[in-house]
Amino acid sequence: MNGYFHSVALREDKCRGCTSCISTCPTEAIRVRKGKARIILERCIDCGECIRVCPSQAKIADTDPLKAIRDFDYRVAVPAPSLYGQFKVSFSPDHILTALKKLGFDDVFEVALAADYVARELREYAVSSEHLKPLISSSCPAVVRLIQVRFPSLLNHVAKIKSPMETAGRIVRNLIHRDKRNLGIFFITPCPAKRTSIKASLSVEESALSGAIALRDIYVPLRNAMTGLQRPERLAFASGAGIGWAGSDGEAFSAGIAGTLTVDGIHRVIGVLECLENGSLKEVNFIEAMACPGGCVGGPLNAENPSLARSRIRNRAETPGGGNAGAPRFSLDSGFFAWEKTLLSRPVMPLSDNVSNALERLQEADSITAKLPGLDCGSCGSPSCRTLAEDIVRGTAEDTDCIFVLRERIRRLTMEMVELEEKLPPSIAPRS
Amino acid sequence: MNLHYDVPGDDYALAGAASAEVKKNLKLLGIPPELIRKAIIAMYEAEINMIIHAGGGKADVTITPESVRIAMKDEGPGIADIDLAMREGYSTASDEARGMGFGSGMGFSNMKRNSDSLSVISLPGEGTLVEIRIDLKEGSP
Repeated sequence: MNGYFHSVALREDKCRGCTSCISTCPTEAIRVRKGKARIILERCIDCGECIRVCPSQAKIADTDPLKAIRDFDYRVAVPAPSLYGQFKVSFSPDHILTALKKLGFDDVFEVALAADYVARELREYAVSSEHLKPLISSSCPAVVRLIQVRFPSLLNHVAKIKSPMETAGRIVRNLIHRDKRNLGIFFITPCPAKRTSIKASLSVEESALSGAIALRDIYVPLRNAMTGLQRPERLAFASGAGIGWAGSDGEAFSAGIAGTLTVDGIHRVIGVLECLENGSLKEVNFIEAMACPGGCVGGPLNAENPSLARSRIRNRAETPGGGNAGAPRFSLDSGFFAWEKTLLSRPVMPLSDNVSNALERLQEADSITAKLPGLDCGSCGSPSCRTLAEDIVRGTAEDTDCIFVLRERIRRLTMEMVELEEKLPPSIAPRS
Repeated sequence: MNLHYDVPGDDYALAGAASAEVKKNLKLLGIPPELIRKAIIAMYEAEINMIIHAGGGKADVTITPESVRIAMKDEGPGIADIDLAMREGYSTASDEARGMGFGSGMGFSNMKRNSDSLSVISLPGEGTLVEIRIDLKEGSP
């Protein structure tokens, strides 16, 4: 696919141009222009931070509505493990999945079960000396995209194993329901980046999934379907460890790799990736990095409070279950999990594609920065004074976008006018 | 362009601040990622050494389209036997500290591996000057 597809979008009518989103964006991908937030598409990694912080709910995730499933003859829901964190533990996974089916699906398949299979593959992948350590988990698509944009030197650390979501989609499409025609497979998503992974995957040529429905969009109907439910079907087969992938540490625990480091929250992830780039994480074998605080339960498209959801996930993960007892059995070899595509960098941060030119611009940006107030107030529409300086040398902003610079210019002009006003041409007689 | 940093010698929480700034600049310049990584691993190692062994110092970085030159100068105790210090596995850390994971003796050899030229000048009691060069163009001197 050409260009950049994104799931994070702006509702212009709701945006008040308040600049809350611009400073939290990890790739400095938002500017306020003409009173509205603009997303720089080349830089956006779909992490959803802006959705989380927007006080006007102007940042939205462009996911599929539930009615999109009607375009398909046979419909399968593949819910993210974080779905189980949205409801009290007194509701069993079977209960939740049966209710989900009632919303119009013919079948359901848990991403948590696919996570059990991915965990096994990951354990073997991590043992192989062919793969550069520490490995970085690829299950959070926002983190993989962050690496493409800001940490291209770390691309070869990324574990090139399909995500539990894509794995679930492939199992449904290629194994369980291969006989179905016009098969629609929908991911029930806590996060916008996952939808981007379906529409513009980094790992596969074409995703097995048909679309993604925001968890919070189906929360109310799902809750209603659950309350009236008497006898749930036997649909849940994931182990506690598989369900645990919804929270941070879950993947690392489930894969059982020695020497893991878990980090959640995109800005803390950046801190860890900086350390890795400096060469200071030699004692670490595996990095589980999740863009959202607390892991996927902290995704902006969840309905429930992230901390409560995480506690429920913990509870469910620790409840001794039957492992995968009774789960459909497949033989999935390494080829099934391997990425089909090469992971490339997205070099959008450099000031120019020519080093000499970039050097000139960088020096200019430094001298502009020195003249700016350094308050990072955001009134210019750029995330910081430094970014404004970079925008100026890139030609996308002017120094008078800074209200302090503008005020100084007006002051100087005023003084000049006062000075001129005092001058009197010889032909005019001074007023008495 | 020339960049100058004072590396404080008493706060490990600030360790790596100078290399972090340099890294930011190199990324803005569009230097190939693998060369940035080399430069930063080498500089970070030198910066940490300077904090732990020499009470801080000064870092001067010169970036041209041809190369990145990093000069790290301290007024610490100096290095008595540079050849020995350069050897992989050499460390001043006690056996006990090494058992706990300190002083793997990779410092200078790590810098050497990640640079195109490394020079270390040291006078015991006066200080140390570490100069690291990363070539940005193939075949440049």
